[in-house]
This record gives sequence, structure tokens and C-alpha cells, in this order.
Amino acid sequence: MPHDHHDHDHDHLSPSGHPYRVDNDAPLSYWQVMEIAIRELMIEKGEVTAAQITAQIDAMDARSPANGAQVVARAWDEPAFHAALMTDAAQATREMGFDIGPMNLVAVENTADIHNVVVCTLCSCYPRNLLGLPPDWYKTRAYRSRTVKEPRAVLAEFGLTLPAQTTVRVHDSTADMRYIVLPARPAGTEGWSQDRLAALVTRDSMIGTGLPKAPE
Amino acid sequence: MLEAGTPVRIRAMSPPGHLRTPFYLRGKTGTIERHLGPFENPEQRAYALPAPQKQLYRVRFTMAELWGAEAEHPEDTLDAEIYEHWIEAPHAA
Repeated sequence: MPHDHHDHDHDHLSPSGHPYRVDNDAPLSYWQVMEIAIRELMIEKGEVTAAQITAQIDAMDARSPANGAQVVARAWDEPAFHAALMTDAAQATREMGFDIGPMNLVAVENTADIHNVVVCTLCSCYPRNLLGLPPDWYKTRAYRSRTVKEPRAVLAEFGLTLPAQTTVRVHDSTADMRYIVLPARPAGTEGWSQDRLAALVTRDSMIGTGLPKAPE
Repeated sequence: MLEAGTPVRIRAMSPPGHLRTPFYLRGKTGTIERHLGPFENPEQRAYALPAPQKQLYRVRFTMAELWGAEAEHPEDTLDAEIYEHWIEAPHAA
């Protein structure tokens, strides 16, 4: 057997030396049972079909930061779209063709003097309908509690050290709005196509914990 | 309706139930950043109760106001969405 030569202490490690993820053998939680019960009832009563539920999960999983990157690149390239995005980001995004549902979206713009960063202290509000699921760290108590108190220290841990003359604006997503940071366009990208610009826009640059990539 | 720039204070109350005004903002003074419009009050909606529409604002605070001497950089700001019934005039006790 391949594991015979290992000490027993190492049996929980994979051949690559990493621990195996624990199997989820625990019983279902109250809310997991509730979700299954309601889903099955709705299917039985003909309110939705199983195929519709699967399609909606697929649609949610298909959303990614690449959508936001297209929005940012267009705002950098087209002054009229930039103005529309700053006035009503949800409407501008819908008109661009993204199906964001009823989401209310506010764009906040980084400039030479201002850096914006988004957090949800109460839970994990995030513009999922445009950017897909939030990163795990966005939902941690550490990110949520520290970003409103010491944003510069948090950003420095992400590798982003801001000069003292830059004003940091933290946005706590407490109610009905969702936020996207419009990062500053990197220097040296004059005349670039929107596709080429979009490749510089990272997820973190739209949360505010990073900057766009520099042109190579 | 409150205009952008209006000074406001967040009410320092602690009613039970589902609330969207974080504790760290209660009793703090800021200014209206923008009016967002009427939204169904999540304090009722969370319980599937009839939820009247309330005006929602973005309120901007300085880090100096929120954290005092502990502020990392006093001039930095924090914006949060606050419902009208949590907002009072800044001179109110």
C-alpha cells in the first residue's frame, strides 16, 4: 500500500503533503433541511422546475470579476459612459447588457487624491450580480471590523501602501446599495482597446484592496 | 428631504431586532453625502412584515469623529447608508 512507509502521524496528509479536507459527514443543519424542504415543495407544487433552479445557479456561477472589468474599461475609454456610470451605475451596467437583476449599484471613483475601499461590516454585501461571489476574506470578521477602523493598515497587508496625502474613503455597505470602485486608469495605456484595458482590471481593484495591473 | 452637505447626527438608540445602523456609528455626527431614495424598511422586511418606505441616505463621517485619538488618519472618511428614522439634527441631545 502506498502509505505503508509513512508514519501514522502523516496519514492525514495527501501525497503532495497537504492535509485532506475533512469529509462533511455531519448531519444537515436546520437551515439546510429547511432549504431542501422548501425547494422540493416548490418543485412539487409546480412553482419552479428543477431545471430552472439549476439554470439560476449556473447563471450566478457564470458571473465573475471579468464583467466588472469590462465596465471599468468602458468608463476609462468613453466619457459619456463614465458620466452615466457615476450618475447611476446600476442603470449604466444594465444598458451595457449585464443582467444584474434589481441590484442598486454605486460607483466610487479613485483619483490622484482619493482612494476608495468597500466593506460590509454587518454581513457580506457585495455586488454579486455583477462580480460574482465575494472572496472568502471579504466575509471575515477581521476584514469587516478592521477596514472601518484602520483601512490603511489593512490595505498595506494587501500590498497597497498609500501616501499620507491620499484621502481614504471607506464605504460601509450597510443597506440597499452595492458598491464598485472605479480605479484610476493606469498611465501608459493611451489609445488601448477596451479589451486590452479590461485585462488590467483585477477583482481587488474594484473592491479597493488593490490597484489595476500596470501595463507591461 | 435632506440635501447633500447637511450636518446630521445618528441616533444613539438600541431597539431590539434586525437593524442596519452599525453600533460604531450611533451618536456620531456626519454630513449627508447623497440622498438615495425611498426603500422598504429592512427592520420590518427582515421579518416579512409590512415594510413602509423610508428615505435612505449616505452619510459621511471623518475617521476623527468615529475613532477620536485612535483614528489612523483623522481626515480619512467613512460613508454608510442610514435610514431617515436614524437621523436627527446634530444639536439634539
